[in-house]
Formats: sequence, C-alpha cells, structure tokens
Amino acid sequence: MKILVCVKQVPDMESRFKPDGSGTWFEETDLAFRMNEYDEYAVEQAVQLKEQLGNEPEVTVLSIGPDRVNEAIKKALAMGCDKGAHIQDPAPQGKDPWQIASIIAQYARTEGFDLVFTGMQSQDRGSAQVGVLVAELLGFACATTLVGFAFADGVVTAKRELEGGIKGVAKLRLPAVVTCQLGLNIPRYPTLPNIMKAKKKEILAIPVADLLKEEAVAATARFYPPARKGGGIVLEGDVGNLVEQLYGILKEKTTVLR
Amino acid sequence: MKALLVCEYREGKLLDTTYELLAFADRIGAEKAMVLIGSDSALPACNSTVYLAEAAKYGEYNPDVHKKIVLDAVQRENADCIVFVHSSYGWDLAPRVAAALRAGQVSEIVGVVDGGYEVGCCNAKMRRAVTPTSGKAVLTVQAGAFSFTGTPQGTPKVERIDIPDGATPVEFVGYEPAEKKDVDLTRAEVIVSAGRGVGKKDNIPVIQALAKALGGELGASRPVVDAGWVDHSHQVGTTGQSVSPKLYVACGISGAIQHLAGMKKSDFVVAINKDKDAPIGEVADVLVVADVMQFVPALTAKLQ
Repeated sequence: MKILVCVKQVPDMESRFKPDGSGTWFEETDLAFRMNEYDEYAVEQAVQLKEQLGNEPEVTVLSIGPDRVNEAIKKALAMGCDKGAHIQDPAPQGKDPWQIASIIAQYARTEGFDLVFTGMQSQDRGSAQVGVLVAELLGFACATTLVGFAFADGVVTAKRELEGGIKGVAKLRLPAVVTCQLGLNIPRYPTLPNIMKAKKKEILAIPVADLLKEEAVAATARFYPPARKGGGIVLEGDVGNLVEQLYGILKEKTTVLR
Repeated sequence: MKALLVCEYREGKLLDTTYELLAFADRIGAEKAMVLIGSDSALPACNSTVYLAEAAKYGEYNPDVHKKIVLDAVQRENADCIVFVHSSYGWDLAPRVAAALRAGQVSEIVGVVDGGYEVGCCNAKMRRAVTPTSGKAVLTVQAGAFSFTGTPQGTPKVERIDIPDGATPVEFVGYEPAEKKDVDLTRAEVIVSAGRGVGKKDNIPVIQALAKALGGELGASRPVVDAGWVDHSHQVGTTGQSVSPKLYVACGISGAIQHLAGMKKSDFVVAINKDKDAPIGEVADVLVVADVMQFVPALTAKLQ
C-alpha cells in the first residue's frame, strides 16, 4: 500500500499579522512557521496505519512552498513518514485551492497512491477545499472532518464530526482521501533518535511548474484586519488594578454580583 | 444572477440554517431556487422553486449521490452560483460540486464587501476579500453570518429530481448520537470557560474556582476538551453546547469561529487573554490583557 500525507506550513497563529506589499496576503518577516495543526493529525493517523499493517505501507509526506517548508517535511519524517516530496514554489499563496489540489493530484497520479491523508483545513487560509478537490480530481472516495479512523480488509471506516456532538459514520473503499479534524488522535512528539534517523530520509525536490497545469478559478482581492465591532473596553496594566477595574465594571454593568 | 441554495436535512428534519441561505441570496440580490434531498414533509417555506429528491431513496448523506442531485438542479435551473451553509454537510459537498463544474469556490463567507466575498483567515484574526473568476461560483456561508429575520412563509413550487442509481465507493452507515450531557450549560447564568491559554490540566481548578466564586458553571473550548483536561459535557461551541448566560468569562480562549458561534448570545462577555489581537476581543465587552494564571486567582480572591 502507498500512502500520501499532504501537509502545509503555516505561521504560528499567536502572531500579529499585517498585509504584505501586494495587499493580498500577510507579510512573512518576523513570523515563525510550523506544521498546520490539522495536518499533524493526518501525519499521526498515516503513521499509525503503517504500524498497524506491520510497517508494510510506504508513507510519503508532501508539502508545497519555499525552502522553509522542508522543516515541516522533516518533522513528518521524524514522526515516522518514509520519504518526502517538496514541491518547490516560492509563492504558493498566489495559487487558489483548485490549483494547489491539481498540483497534488498530478503528483499523486504518477505515484499511484492508495490512500491520501490531509488536514480538514489550513489554519491560515481555512478554505477546507484542497483535500476534497484532490479526491475529485483523482476520482477517489472521500470523507472529511474525521474524528475516528479504522482500516480493515481494504475498507476505511470514517467517523465524521457533525454539529452538536453528533457523528456520521461512513465506509469508504480504497483508493480514498480522508481529511482529519482535531480530536482524531494525539500526534506524537518526534524523539531524538527518530529526528536523527529522519535526516537520512530522502526528500525529493520537484519544481512546481512540472506539476501545475490549471488556471486559477478564484482570486484574493484584499487581505485586511476585521473591523472591530466597537464598544468593547480593553484593560491593560498591573494585575491588581485590572482586578479592581473589572470588579467595578461587573458591578455596574451586570447583575451577577449581588 | 441566479442562486441555487442547497438546503440541509438531517434525521428527517429540515435544518433551520437553511433559511440563512435565503438571507444571503437577498444580500447579494440573487434570484432564488432551492434544492433539498429530503421529503415532502420537510419542505422549506418559501416562494421559490424547490428541486426535491427523496432522502428515503438516496440516503440522508451520500456525497457522490448528493453531488449528482445538486448538479442536476444546477443544470435545470441554469444557476450562476450554488450556495451552501459552511457546515459539516456544506464543506463536504461544496468542493465536489465545484470540481465537477470547474467553478471557483469561496468558503465560509462572513460578509459581502468591495472586491468580493469576505472570509476569515489566520484563525479569524484577519479577513480576505475573494472573487471567483470562473463562469459559475460555489459559495459556503458561515452559519449565523446572514441572519434570517421574520417567520419563513410561502409555498414552494416543487420540481422532483430522480437520477439513475449508480455505484458509489462511499457507504453511509448512520449517525452516532452526542454523548450524554451531565452539565446543562444552556441554563447557566454565569459560565467561566477555560481555553488552551490556561496552559495545563493542573490549572483547571483555578478556573473552576472563579466559576464557583461567581456562582456559575465551568465551560471549556474544544482543544481543552480534546486534550482531556475537561469533560466534553462542558464544551461550548458548534460541536458542544450553544449557551446564552448573563455573563461569559473566556479565560485563555483565542476565539475560533466555532467557539464564538456557541457563545455569542451571551449578554456580557469578559475575555482574559495575553494576546490583545485575539479574535475573542471582537465579541468581548471587556478584554483584560493579562496572563490568565495571574489574573484569575486575583479576581477570585477579590470576589471571595
């Protein structure tokens, strides 16, 4: 069995974001990048499946972006993936989800994967489209937002998260794509020996132009901070003063302090 | 412009969020038609055409079959845009329809602005204006962003959809009910919720102590529940409970959209967060910029 895991590198979401020169995306200077959180669940699930099947499946981790995305690939290798595919693209943010999905599908088609794991969405763009589009382009079965995954006899049993705590259960025949949600598993920390081992694993570099055949179908016109809804008070300073101020506000504006 | 609105139906009932699609269509000034995979007994009240396929025949959710039904309605209506709620149903089905039509999709629309549809990004800290550049467009709208006011009324003109059966690699097995709730947060007058910013499980009693001092209940955001710090029955948000207390205190909660959706009906919101730019600040009446573990015990002591 051949497994593909797609990961994206995103900025730390605690960061302060400001528009870049183009006005359509964020300025990268001073931002720290890490693996997209949802993709960590995808990597973990792929590695768990490999272990379940006696380490037979080969797990490839793919990421699209500039050189820095090698860090995310290396982390996935240290978590247990076998090899990396770095699709070299200095400006992936200029491509829409349709193009990103077509790049992945083009790569997957030539490699003949049976199962593709990815996060349910990215933390930065958050379109929740790429995984499903990859499945559609490849003609694979697909289930999104997995909080439960089981594999037996060539069939994936997927537990999908619906609203209000309800789960939807579906069975998928391979080949398939699944997108992973928070709560699916607890991603492992790469151990030092595994980090050392990962350094010897192959990372294939492929120029994005070799795989991109599609035109964009959507464009970002602007990137900007949300309008504050107004009226909210912001309190800053010494903790003692903050407590007094908040206590006063609660007394004045609410009925909960009697 | 003609909009085809995709209704939601689960366990025999039409979901109320369906009406938000009508509000969105009005906002963009589109002519409306709807498609429902459901039943005659759960038709939306409206004056539009509703393309109806029987859920009894096609299943409440099979993505490949539902895609074919929606595409059939798109063709019959010659719709310019196809609109879904950004729910577990919409975000699963919309990209499949978009791929089939080679249409640009804009996900989780929160507003309509100069330059396109407004969507959240970077964990809701920022916004993008996005425009589809294809002939047709697929749109998903954030639940609650376009409120339907008034009472739904009207009688739809029903057009039936019957498509050939086909093999599908996905089989819908069924639903699993939500875990039983030990705590009914929906009745609480005060809720003090713990988020990831609380740091570790050992710190939860500090938040619980504030809840007690205010005579309220402990709530939690999703990552805290997933980490096993707090039981799921305390979770506030789209996958937990929707609450409307007199006072909601968010401790170390950044304010993911799913959490905000579950607590935005609170009368008064206090957020305690080190990050002044955290999206929770957008809905907070008071944002206290401080370390939760320093501020909360001090506030509890004052209250006692």
